[in-house]
Amino acid sequence: MIRIVDRRLDSKNKSSVNRSRFIQRFKGQIRKAVADSVDRSGIRDLAEGKRIGIPGRDIAEPQFSTGQGGVREQVLPGNDRFSSGETFDRPSGQGGGRGSGKASPDGEGQDDFVFTLTRDEFLDIFFEELALPNLLKRHLAGVTEFKRVRAGYSQSGVPTNINLVRTMRGAAGRRIAVGGAPRERLRELQAELDRLLSLNGEGDPEVQRVRLEIQALRRRMDAVPFIDSFDLRYNNHVRVAQPTTQAVMFCLMDISGSMDEQKKNIAKRFFTLLYLFLNRTYEHIDVVFIRHHTVAEEVDEENFFHSRETGGTVVSSALKLMQRVIETRYAGGLWNVYGAQASDGDNWLEDSALCYHLLHEQILDATQFFAYIEIAEDTPQNLWEEYQKVQAAHQGVFAMRRIKAVSDIYPVFHDLFKKR
Amino acid sequence: MARKKTQTLLLPGGSEWSFSAIEAYDEAIGRIARDYGLDCYPHQLEIISTEQMMDAYASIGMPVYYHHWSFGKQFLATESRYKRGSMGLAYEIVINSDPCIAYLMEENTLPMQALVIAHAAYGHNSFFKGNHLFKQWTAASAIIDYLVFARNYIAECEERHGVDAVEQLLDSCHALMNVGVDRYKRAPRLSITKEQVRQREREEYLQTQVNELWRTLPPVLGRDEAVETARFPREPEENLLYFIEKHAPLLEPWQREVVRIVRKIAQYFHPQRQTQVMNEGWATFWHYTLLNTLYDEGRVGDGFMFEFLQSHTNVVYQPPYNSQWYSSINPYALGFAMWRDLRRICEAPTDEDRAWFPEVAGSDWRTTFQFAMHNFKDESFIAQYLSPRLMREFRFFTVVDDDSSPKLKVGPIHDDQGYHALRQRLADQYNLGSREPNIQVWDMDRRGDRTLTLRYFSYQRRPLDTDFAEVLGHVARLWGFPVRLEEQTPSGQVNRLGISG
Repeated sequence: MIRIVDRRLDSKNKSSVNRSRFIQRFKGQIRKAVADSVDRSGIRDLAEGKRIGIPGRDIAEPQFSTGQGGVREQVLPGNDRFSSGETFDRPSGQGGGRGSGKASPDGEGQDDFVFTLTRDEFLDIFFEELALPNLLKRHLAGVTEFKRVRAGYSQSGVPTNINLVRTMRGAAGRRIAVGGAPRERLRELQAELDRLLSLNGEGDPEVQRVRLEIQALRRRMDAVPFIDSFDLRYNNHVRVAQPTTQAVMFCLMDISGSMDEQKKNIAKRFFTLLYLFLNRTYEHIDVVFIRHHTVAEEVDEENFFHSRETGGTVVSSALKLMQRVIETRYAGGLWNVYGAQASDGDNWLEDSALCYHLLHEQILDATQFFAYIEIAEDTPQNLWEEYQKVQAAHQGVFAMRRIKAVSDIYPVFHDLFKKR
Repeated sequence: MARKKTQTLLLPGGSEWSFSAIEAYDEAIGRIARDYGLDCYPHQLEIISTEQMMDAYASIGMPVYYHHWSFGKQFLATESRYKRGSMGLAYEIVINSDPCIAYLMEENTLPMQALVIAHAAYGHNSFFKGNHLFKQWTAASAIIDYLVFARNYIAECEERHGVDAVEQLLDSCHALMNVGVDRYKRAPRLSITKEQVRQREREEYLQTQVNELWRTLPPVLGRDEAVETARFPREPEENLLYFIEKHAPLLEPWQREVVRIVRKIAQYFHPQRQTQVMNEGWATFWHYTLLNTLYDEGRVGDGFMFEFLQSHTNVVYQPPYNSQWYSSINPYALGFAMWRDLRRICEAPTDEDRAWFPEVAGSDWRTTFQFAMHNFKDESFIAQYLSPRLMREFRFFTVVDDDSSPKLKVGPIHDDQGYHALRQRLADQYNLGSREPNIQVWDMDRRGDRTLTLRYFSYQRRPLDTDFAEVLGHVARLWGFPVRLEEQTPSGQVNRLGISG
């Protein structure tokens, strides 16, 4: 009879080893392609898999083959005009216009080998060689997660948790222990019986007595149960509190009139990168969005990036709000606090000094890391100078960079978090 | 009464498949196939998902295979094209093994599953069992076991010698896969037990053989000078991988075994490359015939036939040379047309057919089919059975591209003067010997620096593709010493092409 085998539930990723070998082998090219693709497209898409193209010639597997030239005779179907012996010009653009090396509109050369990396593969390569500065704190936070772990064996439990090996081992031991003495006695009686029989034959009353005793012993031994409820052992589990790693990330952005859409876009990409990066390290991340012009307010993500409010600039308002949020919601050393601030560096002179004090004396003590990016093309202004003082005082906790265009984001990010 | 009978006869309809429906179809198709005298291996149908189909693609359809990055590349390429929608997955993959394994994709509709069963499990299957190339060159009953052995062995090598070392070796072997097959010598049968028992012995034995070759003891007095200067190998060797496995001086035993594995697998696939038109045509002819018979018997409805015919016509469509869809001659179209035509010649021959095929015209088509299927490969099949009528139908014509003349020339076409020459040209197009460069091991410098000389016998002044230098590097890696490549023209002139190592 015909055999039909349902393989659908078999392992799906038979090729995953081959796939990871491929990625491993061409890591150099893939890394470059990943960096390029980040420049080209929005970081919002980073969270999904990514289409990547690497040069086809790098991964070619050449074999001996014949090249162009010589005499070639080719049979083709669908003759509509030719008769034998006639000659005609070579068609221009060899092979019907499927030339090689043409760039396609999406920026992938047609000769490129194009494939899709999964999100994890992509992020692995993307964040490779980057490390979070300052070790993270692990805490038994208020809302603790529990994990069930094995903890030996117990004598009570539910049937699904019966440990067969332990149970049977116990039963065997008990049977040996309980049955030991009678078995010994049985052997003696048997020997005695044999002796009596050979000596006196069946008629001896002693024989009768020994036979009865053997019978009684047999009954006793048969009564020893194969398995007893006393033998049962259950796998024991206990709940153990798991230390969770959690972080809060503050996104501070200037939305004053001088920050145009493009600058906001740059800031957004930077924040997203940071978020993805932290996400790989921490199991749980809160994100706090604080935007400010002359006053700061906490908003949700949608409003953060798409609000149309404008006004003057008081940077310290945002820092004050951040400090307040830390104190009210993320205090007590349970959280790893990260800050990222984006601004065009345009601020009131007196306010910049205030920012220095806020960061220097309060915020940086409570944070793991604080990054400031200034999105501006012209020369740095007073805020930059004040922040430089902060940087000098808090090496490794505070970092600042200037970004001019979208293409600077990845290099700057890479530079900030480079493994040192 | 008759009405009631047809009702009970009707096979399950609709597009949703179920295990019982597949079983019913398989039984019905199998009965008709036996009536037609198809001799098949027992088969096994396996239901798989899309991802598994892509996995199977990546390993050339084999259910087990060793690991290598190039299969990963294949997988990524397939996945990317499939997701972009520029390529549908094949409906089926069938493995030349005993029992024959045919994959059915779970996304297929019931009529499609029936089509695949007829095509793969009866069409291809009977071809695998009957065709002389497959019978001679592949051991269907041993291939799965051998692949398991190969995978385990290579995994073990990776553990012992490191993934990188094995990968490099495989890269080099893969580069020589198309010149690593015996074209004329018959390969010994594969057997898993023998492989395992002998593998260790072979390791040691081979090593001693190689040492013998490089014996450094002083030559025996009076030894014939002619033997000393004779070329080695005495006859040119076409199978580069075989030569390397047996004679490369520096390979470790495990490396020889890996070379051997790649060579064996290349050999296994060789018949498939030689019988594409015949094999696909045969399977297509039989799914067409079997399912039509099923319809004639009243066991399937019109809806079933419409869906089947739609897929079928897509498969056998041949776009003309100037269409934007044209890429090459469609082996399904040509093969299907040829088998159909052959049956027509048997059953309803014209005067032309009688003149061209005196032995075939009017004969029993099933006997003729068996003979043709058993004894030919693409090249000889076309040379033997392509009829003038079919050449007219396909409107075949020849274009001669001579790079020494400024214009292209039209060669023989589908007319009375051209039939014979045209058919010969088309057959030649399927001759692997002329499609692939003829490269042979010519000599090795036993007394000097051990340079290996390969010779390319050029044909029609066709040069080797420029990336031969890279392949030469792979040969040199396996050989361990410099490798020289020469070209010999038909007139006997020899040019140096390059040296590597």
